[in-house]
Amino acid sequence: MSGHPSTYNPSSGLEKWLDKRLPIVRFGADFMDFPTPKNLNYWWTFGAILVVCLVIQIITGVVLAMHYTPHVDYAFASVEHIMRDVNYGWLMRYIHQNGASMFFIAVYIHMLRGLYYGSYKAPREMSWILGVIIFLLMMATAFMGYVLPWGQMSYWGATVITNLFSAIPLVGESIRTLLWGGFSVDNPTLNRFFSLHYLLPFAIFGVVVLHIWAFHTSGNNNPTGVDVKDVKKDTIPFHPYYTVKDGFAIVLFLIMFAAFVFFQPNALGHADNYIEANPLVTPASIVPEWYFLPFYAILRAVTFDIGPISAKLGGVIAMFGSILVLFILPWLDTSKVRSMRYRPVARMWFFLFIIACIALGYLGAKPAEGAYVMWAQIFTAYYFAFFLLILPLLGIMETPKPMPRSIAEAVLKPKSPEPAPAAVPAE
Amino acid sequence: MMRSTRLIGLSLLAAVAAATGAHAAGGKAKELKHNHWHFSGPFGTFDKDAVQRGFQVYEAVCANCHGVELLSFRNLGQKGGPFYLDKCPAGIPDSVDCSNPNENPVVKAIAANYKFQVTDGPDEFGEMFQRPALPSDRIPGPYPNEQIARLANNNALPPDLSLITKARHHGPDYLYSLLTGYEEPPSTVEVAPGQYYNPYYPGDMSQNLKPEYVAEDGSPAEGVEVPYGGVFAMAPPLFDGAIDYIDEDTPETVEQYAADVTEFLMWAAEPKMEARKSLGVVSMIYLFILAGLLYWSYRKIWSDAPH
Repeated sequence: MSGHPSTYNPSSGLEKWLDKRLPIVRFGADFMDFPTPKNLNYWWTFGAILVVCLVIQIITGVVLAMHYTPHVDYAFASVEHIMRDVNYGWLMRYIHQNGASMFFIAVYIHMLRGLYYGSYKAPREMSWILGVIIFLLMMATAFMGYVLPWGQMSYWGATVITNLFSAIPLVGESIRTLLWGGFSVDNPTLNRFFSLHYLLPFAIFGVVVLHIWAFHTSGNNNPTGVDVKDVKKDTIPFHPYYTVKDGFAIVLFLIMFAAFVFFQPNALGHADNYIEANPLVTPASIVPEWYFLPFYAILRAVTFDIGPISAKLGGVIAMFGSILVLFILPWLDTSKVRSMRYRPVARMWFFLFIIACIALGYLGAKPAEGAYVMWAQIFTAYYFAFFLLILPLLGIMETPKPMPRSIAEAVLKPKSPEPAPAAVPAE
Repeated sequence: MMRSTRLIGLSLLAAVAAATGAHAAGGKAKELKHNHWHFSGPFGTFDKDAVQRGFQVYEAVCANCHGVELLSFRNLGQKGGPFYLDKCPAGIPDSVDCSNPNENPVVKAIAANYKFQVTDGPDEFGEMFQRPALPSDRIPGPYPNEQIARLANNNALPPDLSLITKARHHGPDYLYSLLTGYEEPPSTVEVAPGQYYNPYYPGDMSQNLKPEYVAEDGSPAEGVEVPYGGVFAMAPPLFDGAIDYIDEDTPETVEQYAADVTEFLMWAAEPKMEARKSLGVVSMIYLFILAGLLYWSYRKIWSDAPH
């Protein structure tokens, strides 16, 4: 699938026999031998980190499902049964619970890396689009997983989010009824969410395969954004060079992961979810998990009707639009230069974009009133302007800095004439 | 260029914080007391004596209204529990394995003599019956159902305490502050009979202001400050000297009772905490060694990369 000449030589008789019938060893050998740009920095290790996250979530999740009971009367108690009576159940549960947060930390860094280095541009549009699909599936999976412990925040979060769908004209009410399996969040909702929460990670796994296939066809992007000109000079085999570098980065990431699991397992969660769901008592404030907060802020930033569109529908459109806009990003950015290393003006707007995302995350956790709403509107406007105005215009107006002629030249002269930004560790 | 971008960003964030900070108003609870907890920090463990005393406080006082229904008696005798025994005390036959919570004589005695019995059955006549608890039984709560609980408590429902320290923000400090923080309500507010004022309770005292302190539009009158805290249905549960501790050196004060029962309830909410932290230390050492080896391998392999 990678298009580079195979160097695999079946040595034993069995390997030769197998190679003629199912060349799976050849596939693995070619995969590990994949010519990779030699200048990838640590931001590129998050792809491998994400694969590790997915595998950890699937393994711990399968074990948890053996002990969990998807029923409104027993779900909360069964999670506590896992925490108290299942051997190492507390470990499985805390890994899975914190693993969701770790997954999102890694995916946000991975996406921002793609954004900064222009990895979405031709010929890698399919990799990017498949990545956005993975992100959407991740969000759905995380949302439904959060409902399963059937705590107060599970129940009320599910109620708020499923109610959003009713804002869609004509079919909204029917969609909501379908999601609920009835006329409120109840046992059928919990059952279908559990079923889908088990299913979707395998769908993610499938799309991850396509995602990797796509960039193994186009070849990896790299921090300079310059195409590979000479495979011999510009690339090195993935193994052992990047297996060992990714391995090191994965272990650093696991150290942070373990610090949360073993020493602060509830720091990223919400205390209210240790209270069993009660449809008669609304929590003082309903907030989603931290990784949804920026989108929650965008949802609540639309407080006004726009013509026939109600504020509620407008918020839903804005929230989904903030992700859907990523699908057309490859065609919104008009710049011929991929890497923002050579786009000083774009880089400035990019860092403002990161600040806007963090600010939206902060505002998503605050009550939707007064100045909070105004600031959420400002940052939401910037979020969309970045994609719909700034990137299209900059490509035409900006003068990029001189780029190295090849990856090999960039590696030999790692210091660019101007100081590189701190966020880009020099290789 | 980069520096100025970041400055703009920081000042924007500061502006957001400043603009929104002034907005918060109304019901606020007093800042919590910060007790030092034996269980805090990456190496923190439970103070077993405090957990034992806390269980005594729980049974004597809290259990009159609150259950801990996620706990079984056997949990008290499991590893990390307050009554765990490595080996049997003198006078117990060799055939007994006291490290097994179901055979632990202390746990068996606690279960058999607990203030509430267990409802079991049906028996051969089809009747439910009461019997003394066994280590394998859940710790029975005070009320058979929610309706009776409300009837006995002025329509308030005393929450189960199994997870209470994790189900409140800064749970241990909150619990300690609440239990030690009862005081006379300020003169500006009115508290209905059966309700109690506590500056640490998350409520809204603007609803309780006496009419003469409320302006015509319903907001507090000029110059009237809304007191901290709120009112709720729990009477002050602890009094100095109310519970006799076996250990004569331990003070029998509200502060000590509150600290002990909080230690017990933290253990109840997170009984595997000690196992978690000790496995965490081992995992961290392993990961740091692995990271060192991988970094060394990385340098070695890349040193002969064809640059």
